[in-house]
Amino acid sequence: MIDLTIDGRKISVREGSSILDAAKSLGIFIPTLCHHPKLSSFGGCRLCIVEIKGTRNPVSSCTAPASEGMEVTTSSPQIERLRKMVLELILSDHPYDCMLCETAGACELQELAYYYDAKHTTYAGERRKYEKRDNNPFLNRDMEKCIMCGKCVKICDEVQGVGAIDFAYRGFKSKVCPQYEEDLNCEFCGQCVSVCPSGALTGRMWARKGRQRDIREVDTVCPYCGTGCNITLHIKNNEIIRVSSSPDTWNEGLLCVKGRFGYEFVNSPDRLTKPLIREGSAFREASWDEALEYTAARLLDIKNSYGSDAIGGLSSAKCTNEENYIFQKFVRAAIGTNNVDHCARLCHAPTVTALASIFGSGAMTNSIAEIENAEVIFIIGSNTKESHPVVANRMIRAFRKGAKIIVADPRRVPLARFSEIFLQQKPGTDVALLNGIAHIIVKEKLYNSEFIKEQTQGFEEWMKSVDSFNPEYTSSITGVPKEKIISAARTYGSSRKAGIFYAMGITQHTTGYDNVCAVANLALLTGNIGRPSCGINPLRGQNNVQGASDAACLPDVYPGYQSVGSPDVREKFEKKWGTPLSAEKGLTATEMMPAAIQGRLKALYIMGENPVLSGPNTGNTIKALESLDFLIVQDIFLTETAKLAHVVLPGSCFAEKDGTFTNTDRTVQLVRKAVEMPGDARDDLQIISAVSARLGYKLEYEGPEEIFREFREVWPNISGISYKRLNKKRLSWPCTSSNHPGTPFLYKQGFPKGKASFTPTAFAPPAEETDAEYPYILTTGRNLYQYHTGTMTRKSGAIESHAGRAYIELNTADAERLNIIQGETIKVSSRRGSINIEARIVDTISSGVVFVPMHYCEAIANILTLDALDSRSKIPEFKACAVMIDKYNSSPPDLI
Amino acid sequence: MHEKLTYILDRHLKNQGSLISLLQDTQDVFGYLPKEAINWYSKELDIPASRFFGLASFYAQFHLHPRGKNLVAVCCGTACHVRGAERIINAVQRELNLDDLSDTTDDGEFTIEKPACIGACSMAPVVLINGKPKGKANADIITKEIRALKKAGTKDNG
Repeated sequence: MIDLTIDGRKISVREGSSILDAAKSLGIFIPTLCHHPKLSSFGGCRLCIVEIKGTRNPVSSCTAPASEGMEVTTSSPQIERLRKMVLELILSDHPYDCMLCETAGACELQELAYYYDAKHTTYAGERRKYEKRDNNPFLNRDMEKCIMCGKCVKICDEVQGVGAIDFAYRGFKSKVCPQYEEDLNCEFCGQCVSVCPSGALTGRMWARKGRQRDIREVDTVCPYCGTGCNITLHIKNNEIIRVSSSPDTWNEGLLCVKGRFGYEFVNSPDRLTKPLIREGSAFREASWDEALEYTAARLLDIKNSYGSDAIGGLSSAKCTNEENYIFQKFVRAAIGTNNVDHCARLCHAPTVTALASIFGSGAMTNSIAEIENAEVIFIIGSNTKESHPVVANRMIRAFRKGAKIIVADPRRVPLARFSEIFLQQKPGTDVALLNGIAHIIVKEKLYNSEFIKEQTQGFEEWMKSVDSFNPEYTSSITGVPKEKIISAARTYGSSRKAGIFYAMGITQHTTGYDNVCAVANLALLTGNIGRPSCGINPLRGQNNVQGASDAACLPDVYPGYQSVGSPDVREKFEKKWGTPLSAEKGLTATEMMPAAIQGRLKALYIMGENPVLSGPNTGNTIKALESLDFLIVQDIFLTETAKLAHVVLPGSCFAEKDGTFTNTDRTVQLVRKAVEMPGDARDDLQIISAVSARLGYKLEYEGPEEIFREFREVWPNISGISYKRLNKKRLSWPCTSSNHPGTPFLYKQGFPKGKASFTPTAFAPPAEETDAEYPYILTTGRNLYQYHTGTMTRKSGAIESHAGRAYIELNTADAERLNIIQGETIKVSSRRGSINIEARIVDTISSGVVFVPMHYCEAIANILTLDALDSRSKIPEFKACAVMIDKYNSSPPDLI
Repeated sequence: MHEKLTYILDRHLKNQGSLISLLQDTQDVFGYLPKEAINWYSKELDIPASRFFGLASFYAQFHLHPRGKNLVAVCCGTACHVRGAERIINAVQRELNLDDLSDTTDDGEFTIEKPACIGACSMAPVVLINGKPKGKANADIITKEIRALKKAGTKDNG
């Protein structure tokens, strides 16, 4: 520790602290414009100058390290005069148009000028003029207002890992710009906007919507991916005009393009505002009474004629915990069946089933915040930078702190830029790759014998199962050079602070269950579980997919993963809910579609899901939904699925209700109502309870908080969480009492079910392999800008104008062979159907593999995918099927 | 082009060279820094193209656009400035029909450069014409030199 005196007050700080840090910890204010606590110091703005006794000239306190015995003065007439001069020099080169500036009132420069009474006329002279305007759809870059603080350059490079902009030119002509002053073409995360101290960088869609006056701010949670970033909605006249995130949130103010700029859907004119009832091939508007009566009457009719099990419900991972809890209660208690599921079936079903059977719980074991202290980060089958951008920010920070990153993915995903080892395996060969890595760890005795002995079982037997996966054999299956497999194994195997991160690339296979087991085996082998900054970390896709699973929109469990097969559990819930419950496991989402075609399922109630685009084998999904006697869709837009419904009920979006979301690392966070619903749209809780009441089962609650109380009574893991506590602090379950601090990482005290088992896994090829007729492997996924079936993002103008076109990625060599040029429309066909789609020729994908994002209804990727399921978790194989590619012919694609 | 770039890059990777010397070698081969070269290096090295552009636009020695066949470098060092470099620049610009925003003639024959100091202050003002120094220059002398080059160029092309 170092002792120094600042303005006559003594303080001890850690070695390496700057004078500015030391002053801050004393609560002394020093003005800055170029300093940011999470970025490297620059010393550019010269406002933070201080006097040090014995030093002739003032020094910049952000770059000067505190040293022993130093006597610092932060404010003196001389210092303040210099600061005012610096400000006046900046202002002399700054357009004096605060009247028109988007940032007025929230501008750091304006604020300092005000305090220092700094005038722009003192050093008036020639001012920089930049005519060039950047035409990107997200950010306004007004470089005349730029004060060259460099925060945008640093955050883009150091935190976001992109480096889209840099200082260019010199002297008076210096400016911050992309290469060749081109239009910005980056990830559009807007971190630069969030740190800009002037009006140089603003959101394009913010313009003239309102600045500081009459703006309400509501803190809530981002509705997109499972990361659960905290956001602040800025509202004027019942319209969201801006999204921001405060630096003191857990995500430190970092957001991605969707979170920051994808909010326009809330106010879209396409929102559903009235209930719709099908008449022939068209819809007509109906009153709520009529729609609800009709819905209830048809459901009752079907229940009486075919039994409760002829009805199913699909809930939504976009909805709150409370809505999901009520939805499954409605299906179970009011309808009387366990046929309830949600989109976790299509993403992390193998995670939930496999991890629960190995460890007793199927969630991310460690928290996102811990990532930055990891030694090794092994990412397999997750395009983290695009699908969970703010998680990737933590990984990049870990990288900056010296962590080694291993990326395994059939595509060279953006995070591979930060990887020490990049393994490009063939789609569907993950078991082989993971077993190959385990083989080396075993052979080179890098495993954690103590942990294996104390906390696991089945090691000896499992060891035999990886015996055959020597590097040569593994390499021949996966296509990964054996040296890389060995070096990945050594890197992961020799660290005891190594986390595995995975997503759909592991789960969306017919071998999804085995893939997850193979991941778990690696963590057990090295003992990388039960401590901070390691673990098995499935990154979950939807904002509340963890919560929808916890609330049991799953056909085999009651809330809190309590089996419907257990008579004791059933009795408990029958008592709690006051009605007899079905003892039969229900149908999964992927089993409901065949059941509908076979006529076993007659009615389906879909809340906030769009299976026409998200389900495998679109042709089959449409056939299934059309076979139903009655389809209810409750949504905020008339989705491709809603278009097939008999009745459409307009619901509410995340900004229009109170409730809770549970993010990917098990953290429960409060969602707060910010705006009123459009037209006659209703709160989803009200809609469900109104239908339920008409079916004769009362679901009456004062509001979401009362529902959460009931949820917490039936599931001990969240019994310590309350709205009151959440208002102050987010809490990760398990949180078992009102003073429990929450659990950032699991299994500190060992596994709840005792010893965890190694699970032998065998390699099996994908359900559909390539052949002479269908020679390419198709893999599907997401891109950075769009979200899932595009229901929300495609209603956001900027996103749609930037990433509104469907495309297929194919390798340069394949394109050459097929004589396909960049941007050409090509026809892609599988045994299920074909789509016409624009070719995007890249070298980030291996030859023989093609990629289509799942977002676009114009070229539905799932027309091509097959509905082969993993036998244990019932997840479809979205990540591998065989396709052929042809030049485009003018015949219309055979879609809907 | 990619073969040449690969050759240059390999030499620098082997010797752990810096970006600046990489760009210098590239300019030696191509006469300027083609955009394609910068984008190619950016991809190969996984270094943002904005970083290359920042460097290349900072140093006067780097050229982002093709230069003319004939280079007229009017020294703008202190001594030359005092002895009338500005007047020479104006004359050259007038003669070549250039303004402050363009430094190469449309026909690609001439480029005017304004180095900060070439280190020949004793004979200020100095102009380098295709690398050859002309000391104690003035607007007339340089204009004549340029006209001679123009004539020679027409003859070559003819």
